[in-house]
Amino acid sequence: MPIHRFDALIVGAGGAGLMAALYASRSVKTAVISKLYPTRSHTGAAQGGIGAALGNEEEDHWEWHAFDTVKGSDYLADQDAVELMCREAIDAVIELEHMGLPFDRTPDGKIAQRRFGGHTNNLTGKPVRRACHAADRTGHMILQTLYQQCIKNNVTFFDEFHVVDLILNNGRVAGVVAVEIGTGEVHVFHAKAVLFATGGWGKVWEITSNAFTLTGDGNAVLLRRGIPQEDLEFYQFHPTGIYRLGILITEGVRGEGGVLLNGLGERFMERYAPHIKDLASRDVVSRAIYLEIREGRGVNGKRYVHLDVTPETVNRYLAEAGEARRIDRAYIESKLPDILDFCRTYLGIDPASEPIPVQPTAHYAMGGIPTNVNAEVVIDEQGTVLPGLYAAGECACVSVHGANRLGTNSLVDLVVFGKRGGIAMAEYCQGADFVPLPPQPAAEAEAEIERLRRARGHWRVAQLRAEMQQLMFDHVGVFRTEDGLQQAIEGLRELKERYRTDLHVDDAGYVFNQDLLEAWELGGLLDIAEATALSALARRESRGAHSREDYPQRNDEEFLKHTLITRLPDGSHQIGYKPVVITKYQPKERVY
Amino acid sequence: MEVTLRIRRYNPELDRKPYWAEYTLMDVEPSERVLDLLHRVKWQVDGTLALRRSCGHGICGSDAMRINGVNMLACKAVVKNLIKGEKGRIQVEPILGLRVIKDLIVDMEPFMAHYRSVRPYLVNDEPPPERERLQSPQERSRYEEGTKCILCAACTTSCPSFWANGTYVGPAAIVQAHRFIFDSRDRATAERLAILAEGNGVWRCRTIFNCTSACPRGIPVTRLIAEVKQAIGGR
Repeated sequence: MPIHRFDALIVGAGGAGLMAALYASRSVKTAVISKLYPTRSHTGAAQGGIGAALGNEEEDHWEWHAFDTVKGSDYLADQDAVELMCREAIDAVIELEHMGLPFDRTPDGKIAQRRFGGHTNNLTGKPVRRACHAADRTGHMILQTLYQQCIKNNVTFFDEFHVVDLILNNGRVAGVVAVEIGTGEVHVFHAKAVLFATGGWGKVWEITSNAFTLTGDGNAVLLRRGIPQEDLEFYQFHPTGIYRLGILITEGVRGEGGVLLNGLGERFMERYAPHIKDLASRDVVSRAIYLEIREGRGVNGKRYVHLDVTPETVNRYLAEAGEARRIDRAYIESKLPDILDFCRTYLGIDPASEPIPVQPTAHYAMGGIPTNVNAEVVIDEQGTVLPGLYAAGECACVSVHGANRLGTNSLVDLVVFGKRGGIAMAEYCQGADFVPLPPQPAAEAEAEIERLRRARGHWRVAQLRAEMQQLMFDHVGVFRTEDGLQQAIEGLRELKERYRTDLHVDDAGYVFNQDLLEAWELGGLLDIAEATALSALARRESRGAHSREDYPQRNDEEFLKHTLITRLPDGSHQIGYKPVVITKYQPKERVY
Repeated sequence: MEVTLRIRRYNPELDRKPYWAEYTLMDVEPSERVLDLLHRVKWQVDGTLALRRSCGHGICGSDAMRINGVNMLACKAVVKNLIKGEKGRIQVEPILGLRVIKDLIVDMEPFMAHYRSVRPYLVNDEPPPERERLQSPQERSRYEEGTKCILCAACTTSCPSFWANGTYVGPAAIVQAHRFIFDSRDRATAERLAILAEGNGVWRCRTIFNCTSACPRGIPVTRLIAEVKQAIGGR
């Protein structure tokens, strides 16, 4: 079995992983392991912008960004971490520009900024231009730019290696086990420090904006190794996915003036968020869409509403709001070219002349692997660090997003904490020795892989996965109830039993055995789904993206705290809580 | 609709050579994509079918394939644009010019090596200002088209010059070079033009336009190559 040795290992090659790699590789021997070619990572699908209070277009301050983020989080974010992130966001964006990122520009040559949901001028309460953008493919530009810099700096990559286990020895990190997808061979990577940057797990749900490959691999590995997951019940449903397909339509569409209309043609967000309307935060808008549909005001009686960015509609509402700005087709084509392309390709419609059918789509995990602001993984209520283990980006939970993430803050998170993680792990590696590998470090993972290779039962992976996705979308979606959550948990346990005893895999080979790897991924998805539903059941309040119809109010007395769910060796779960860090923003009612 | 999917298959652990396999799929919606059909085969009929894909909406660049003889992304190839009427056939095979590893998966490494050879990153060793480097909207738009590239290889593997000689850097690498050559912030234009003026550089392009037709991002690839040729001529 090949054994590799690096000081620092980074698992995942999206924005957080590449940023960490750029910084760690400056001083210690570093490798990036990714199941995809790095440029295939889902950071590339982020569209609208990265938030930073540059103040290029109008007055803005990082403190305003911090307050908006805390308010957006429904007061569950840790405020020290939020303040740090919003302050460092400014330098992070400037650094990306220096690396060559092709931001759009203002007439005087500065980075251009646009409006986005929940980002406001704190004095007037009006939307502020804070989202730094490169057309509607900001994430693509970040991913490309960071990968370019990695090439420039000769970063070592193991592309198409799927990490299946974390190696611990006496509670300290010793490396990871990975399958080389092209050959099926199992490799051991011996390391002083490991940073997980494996992204999200939207594939738990039926309708999602996420890639087919977003299966929470890193979170599942750590959950199985007894490391807790924080705030899993807070999962964001983005209000505007393309109807039935779930493909993301950026909030930037509304930032440029687009509005949501129900089946009666009403701009219904005026009723739910009188001040900033369509630019309320995502949890608020997704709930509003669900309620409109439930009350029979979907378009044509179906489960969608319209997102209208046609110049006539936008200009009518701009005039109504007393704004001088007007838009035309050419403006939409220059600011939202990819959105136009998606709609033409998948819907056969032209958004510059007709509205887009949209529905909420599973989009982003606010929760994940608990970390501190140096991306060190913390494993209990007291913030105890597991030496050598790091996490950053969507798979991690600092927590800067709390119960609901503001648009543009995912990109801020991955750049700021990817960098901090890379620096922290390099420092750690310089002062630490290798922990010896335990005997047969890959044995457990290999045994499960061989079980899957020989699984010839009844149920195909795709069948079980579809049942899980339906169950989660119906019962652990935008709205939740005790009954629904119980049903989901029972259903998931029954699915896990079929997965364990009666699974069917066709491919017994080694070269690109994706059949086997999809089965492996499903195992992780089921574990994450169950932990999510359990966390949601235990939180008997509504906060941010977690909306309990049976407990419709936020309950700060009992639940102003982070959930920590731990899987025990017998497969049962234990739920604990840790306090929220509050600096200067006292919780108050959240009105948009 | 009824669609017969004809797929070029090859499993190096079982097959001596590639072969065509046919799968008939019923009740196909006209709005489905070739990727959906491939998933149906993979998930319901034969789990050994291998293909790369990730985002599923044309932005990650994983699933370039040769569909009915033309390079496109499987996730952007909509059935109704390929079949008129209620019944038809769609043929899917790996992109050409790169070694087939399994079914629709090819060895991307030669393609990535060409990409790396053109110094595809910003070079500017001047100390950066405290804030962003300024760039006018006009300067920014000068290299806009090349920034859309997703490295899917649809262009390079549709190019007869690349098929004839795999040492040609190919259209994708030239597009990536163009993106920096025409960026007002970059300082390595001379080096990139020198790389591309060599035997395996831009002069292997015979202006066939396959690359432009194949690009799923709408990049005018042939025009960008011509601009690089002109820049070399004007050195």
